[in-house]
Amino acid sequence: MDSPFDRNGLYSGLYGFFAELTPDGFGWLAYLLAGAIIVFIVVNGVMLLTAFETYMERRVLGRFQTRLGPNRVGPFGLLQPFADVLKLIMKEDLRPAMADRLTFFLAPVIMVGAILLVAAVVPFGPNTFLADLNIGVLFIVGIPTIATVAMFLGGWGSGNRFALLGAARAVAMLISYEVPMIVSLAGVLLLAGSMSLVDVVEAQRLPFIVLQPLGFFVFLVAASAEMNRSPFDLMEAESELTAGFHTEFSGIRFGLLQLAEFGELVIISAVLAVIFVSGWQNPFVSPDYAQWLPGQVWFLLKLVFFLLLFTWIRATLPRMRVDQVMAFAWKALFPLAIINTLVTAVLVVAWPEPEYGQLWLIAAINWAVAIACLVLFSRFLERHRERPTASVQLVEIPAEAS
Amino acid sequence: MNLPSEQITINLGPQHPSTHGVFRLRVTLDGEVITDVEPIFGYLHRGTEKLAEERTYTQIVTLTDRLDYTSSMINNQAYVLAVEKLAGVTVPPRGQYLRVLTAELQRIASHLMGVGFFLQDLGASGTPLMYCFRERERILDLFEMLCGARVTVSYMRPGGVFQEPPPEFWPAVRHLLDTTPDAIAELERLISENEIVLARSKGVGVLTKEKAIDCAISGPNLRASGVAWDLRKADPYDVYADMDFAVPVGSNGDSYDRFLVRVMEVHQSIRIAEQCYRDMPGGPVRSELPFFFRPPPGDAYAHVEASKGELGFYLVSDGGIAPYRCKIRSPSFINLTVLAEMLLGWKVADLMVIFGSLDVNMGEVDR
Repeated sequence: MDSPFDRNGLYSGLYGFFAELTPDGFGWLAYLLAGAIIVFIVVNGVMLLTAFETYMERRVLGRFQTRLGPNRVGPFGLLQPFADVLKLIMKEDLRPAMADRLTFFLAPVIMVGAILLVAAVVPFGPNTFLADLNIGVLFIVGIPTIATVAMFLGGWGSGNRFALLGAARAVAMLISYEVPMIVSLAGVLLLAGSMSLVDVVEAQRLPFIVLQPLGFFVFLVAASAEMNRSPFDLMEAESELTAGFHTEFSGIRFGLLQLAEFGELVIISAVLAVIFVSGWQNPFVSPDYAQWLPGQVWFLLKLVFFLLLFTWIRATLPRMRVDQVMAFAWKALFPLAIINTLVTAVLVVAWPEPEYGQLWLIAAINWAVAIACLVLFSRFLERHRERPTASVQLVEIPAEAS
Repeated sequence: MNLPSEQITINLGPQHPSTHGVFRLRVTLDGEVITDVEPIFGYLHRGTEKLAEERTYTQIVTLTDRLDYTSSMINNQAYVLAVEKLAGVTVPPRGQYLRVLTAELQRIASHLMGVGFFLQDLGASGTPLMYCFRERERILDLFEMLCGARVTVSYMRPGGVFQEPPPEFWPAVRHLLDTTPDAIAELERLISENEIVLARSKGVGVLTKEKAIDCAISGPNLRASGVAWDLRKADPYDVYADMDFAVPVGSNGDSYDRFLVRVMEVHQSIRIAEQCYRDMPGGPVRSELPFFFRPPPGDAYAHVEASKGELGFYLVSDGGIAPYRCKIRSPSFINLTVLAEMLLGWKVADLMVIFGSLDVNMGEVDR
């Protein structure tokens, strides 16, 4: 019996191994066992990556902020995430009296579940994925939306007004940023001709960041809003809403919410690596040549690059206000994404089967469009034409005789 | 369709990440928009004015440290000026220069903290704050050399300052004066023309010139509203009359101007400290006063340009070893009176920006 996941070498291998062990008529058992093992690997891999990401973010942020960051638990503080998890597990799990029991319980579970679901379709390397869905791209933009529903459940269910405000902001932002995020991927889909993430990687003879600069920019911004990162971290705006929707969560529930948050960061970085910088392929040469590093290593390097990029953004930028964030989504990102889709569609019609040289031409046109659009939009949206610091002047006042 | 909606009331504080101490705002919100604000304070009340009636004139210096704990030196200066005025004590020039030098260093430290927390309230997750704190730490190290304490310094005394600075103090001041301008410039490059900072603070929380004068606002908040008023110029104390410095004055009175006025004042403070370092005269640092110091009966008011505004001490003496009455005019308390009015109609996110831009210190508000 053929496995339904032919393209997944690891899966086929495991399936074959178990199929030989199990007697006839028990094919479903082999199917189940192989699937369970892969799921176990993927889930724990994502968890470990997330633990590493929390450690790395704290260390790198510390460097940005001229401090050290965690460095006490284990060598270089590497065991800090595990110490944190242990602490959170041992802490008392408080539930406010006003909280809605069911939603308060469900919120962290749904959130983590949604994030881990996305991990299923992300190819971490050649033959290193759980499933090769033919609607993978749709899946990765659709499923994280469930996490936002969980945020609303948690914020509304905890019976706290700060949490409610955070939850309301989360929903408002979800509606605004899903749209440009999805539209920005349309260009990629046009070029790749498939929604399967594996196909998208294999279609990248040039990394799509070269072919789709505008799409990349819009997706990066919309994704950082979607996963609640600075400068769009409105729903848990610490200086305003204390902690937003997870104000009332404590103990391991809080830990799960943090896991989901950083897990989403890892997953989105992985998606960025897969869609825009050619996943497991060597980005510097055409995939026709041999790779001099395993695909999984390339993928990890790209993943870490995006994690560092998000940390850098977080360390640098202040937060935007809720109405400015909305205006930015609808007035800037959405038109940019539409323009990108239109231009890409025209180019795809012009060169349906581009050769390697023609790809560079498409890239050049897209870059020109991207730069022109960004310059025009920044002019259009700019409000402070004169030098802003000119509003304060030095005045020489003679000292009164005492 | 008319959806029924109701306003919600939330308590910002007394325990809240950005209330700069234990301050409570009972805010009524219509969605995100603020419709009513009731500031509630008094959580940090320590009865400083009453305690002062039970202390000798020298001991009260330690109480003033705890008013605005980010600018203890300037509080000391305001108090000792009032005592000196009350008793007619003269201060040797070296003492006066040392006071101005330390007060200006303290102003830098305090403004850096104000600017850092303003940016923190804007949501810049810690980086500008840590940049500011890095510079502030170096100033606090200098204070540690002077008197062994970093925050509650109690360095000044009626009649001068506590003691001659140790020899290692002077090279350290030189180094600070040489390197701090670059560090501030780095911070300015990082943040002061940042598009998000501009979008969040330009035109937000405008305090008009008339309103500022009517409500007796003082300090950088007043100057940001366009009033060129600085007590160091208008009523010079110690040796400020000999100092050459300019006063930054804003034009819009918005949060951004308040932020920028502070940053520019740091540069002017460095300029003053530079002059103090250059012209530091020799001689004693303090005129000797008896241990049980009894000013003649009478009263005196002295005010200084503290980092937050006009800080005044009104002392009444009945000829005893302790003042009969000590009244403190604290700038933060009076600057806070406009807050509620400034907040109406803005969003929750702006609340923290406007409050942060006022740079209020609760230790001084509640006394």
